[in-house]
Amino acid sequence: MSTNGSPAALDRERTLAPFGRRQLTVSANESLGAYRVLKAADPGGPAPSAGQFAMLAATEHWGAGVDERPYLPRAFSYARWDAGSAHFLLEDVGPGTHRLCELREGDGLWLLGPLGRGFSVPDDGRRALLVGGGVGIAPLAIWQDELGAHAELHSSASTTVLLGFRDRAHAAGAALLEDALLASDDGSIGHHGLVTDLLADELDRDAGVTVYACGPPAMLEAVRALCAAREVPAQLALEAGMACGFGACYGCVVPARAGYLRVCVDGPVVDATELEHVELHAGSPG
Amino acid sequence: MSVEFCGLSLAHPIVNGSGTFDAIAAQRAFGDALHERFPFAAFVSKTITLAPRAGNPPPRLWEAQAGLINSIGLPNKGLHGYIAQDLPELARLRVPLITNVMGSSAEEIAELLRACDRREEIAAVELNVSCPNVRTGLDIGSDPTQLERVVAAVRPATSKPLVVKLTPNCADVGECARAAEAGGADGVSLINTLRATALVPVGSRSGMRGRAVPWLGGGSGGLSGAAIRPVALAQVAAVARRVSIPVVGMGGVQSAAHARQFLDVGARLVAVGTESFRDPSAAARIADELED
Repeated sequence: MSTNGSPAALDRERTLAPFGRRQLTVSANESLGAYRVLKAADPGGPAPSAGQFAMLAATEHWGAGVDERPYLPRAFSYARWDAGSAHFLLEDVGPGTHRLCELREGDGLWLLGPLGRGFSVPDDGRRALLVGGGVGIAPLAIWQDELGAHAELHSSASTTVLLGFRDRAHAAGAALLEDALLASDDGSIGHHGLVTDLLADELDRDAGVTVYACGPPAMLEAVRALCAAREVPAQLALEAGMACGFGACYGCVVPARAGYLRVCVDGPVVDATELEHVELHAGSPG
Repeated sequence: MSVEFCGLSLAHPIVNGSGTFDAIAAQRAFGDALHERFPFAAFVSKTITLAPRAGNPPPRLWEAQAGLINSIGLPNKGLHGYIAQDLPELARLRVPLITNVMGSSAEEIAELLRACDRREEIAAVELNVSCPNVRTGLDIGSDPTQLERVVAAVRPATSKPLVVKLTPNCADVGECARAAEAGGADGVSLINTLRATALVPVGSRSGMRGRAVPWLGGGSGGLSGAAIRPVALAQVAAVARRVSIPVVGMGGVQSAAHARQFLDVGARLVAVGTESFRDPSAAARIADELED
């Protein structure tokens, strides 16, 4: 098989991954409210496109935890790419994320990536509107960076950022992005309610936007429905439990208009119009 | 460390388990770097059926103790979609292509084999017999008498090497292997996944304690990964003792040391499966280490 179409360097949505996982060294694991930000220098890796992800595993003690797990690597969106260093936003919700949250400076990290298809720039004349929920804010941070660094590629004069969290401790994650409007489930910070309440207000004010969203399935479905009703273009970064990350296992599928999509190779970023709805029980192994 | 298998000359003894590596998707993810270090000495396709299949509803995966339970449901484009869309891509691989097929009757299987027989891009055919017979409801591969009858019936449909992928979910896998050989198989491969179920409590996310229900959309699934290696070694050893045709051994192989164990109990080739999910280049590493 030879490469068809445009060279990878020009394909802004999909940077090709080196073949095979590579061993990195953790340079920092910083607390950010209820989250951790894991940083690792990746001298062998290409810069990811915003919205792409990597499969991560600890090189030591991956396995033999609770229930002899974790066994498979875990998928994480790149949250930032800073001069050859990859940043990931972690929340300890299961045996895999727990082990990764424990890693310290100097520990080994397996990384396969960048994988999948990322965000593409707004259509002509539209502003970017970023909507995130919980740990799903991660790919929006690197996308905000890219939109700022490549202003010549789009006509987005200013970017609006709306982020929703469970509570104040989780809302500390908003520090990954600039100038975000916040919502919280418990009202401890920002709007007391859903981030999609803020989105509806924004779209009422100015529908000349392209929406970029990542977060829990129920939030993504609400974003999809709001945008569909107003005919606003939206790109959704989906999450699904996956075993491999490169299209081999067929485990991460979500229903779409054209049949099942593999989140890992057909996504994780999909055009909202590709979906009839966002599947609500997309489980991940934690 | 070249090796002969059913008339094919392979550069080394490491191949992939059917359904554990998608060379076309991997090309999208890795580009031509995939081919510079292609891990497998022959490439085994995922299972192809006569009609297209969407596969099972999600969720399809469950991480088990040192293993993975999957309920994928053999999604594929069907025979005609495979030949029209996938075969031209797979033919560009620099290694022999083994096409895996499955049917629910001897007639269906024979049709699949005849179609493969006409394609020079296909070097050999692997027959997945972990499929219920439409007439008996039994998995074709779980009963030696039925297996021998089906293999004998479809054998004339192809002159290409015919490998039977045995099911481990049977009473006596050695007897099933003998039956496949008696029916005319040129080789056998094992083990397929072990039938398994993953349960979660109802309402576990909300902290309530409830009755356990199946997690997988397909109800039950198949277990693979490191957890099954001891079972796989026992079954491969039992089969290698019973047949004189070559054996492809697989089940939880993660290293060259594991691959050597399968070779030592009588396998001619060793397939890497779930370990490729953890690292797509794992089989390349294992093949390199085997050379040393």
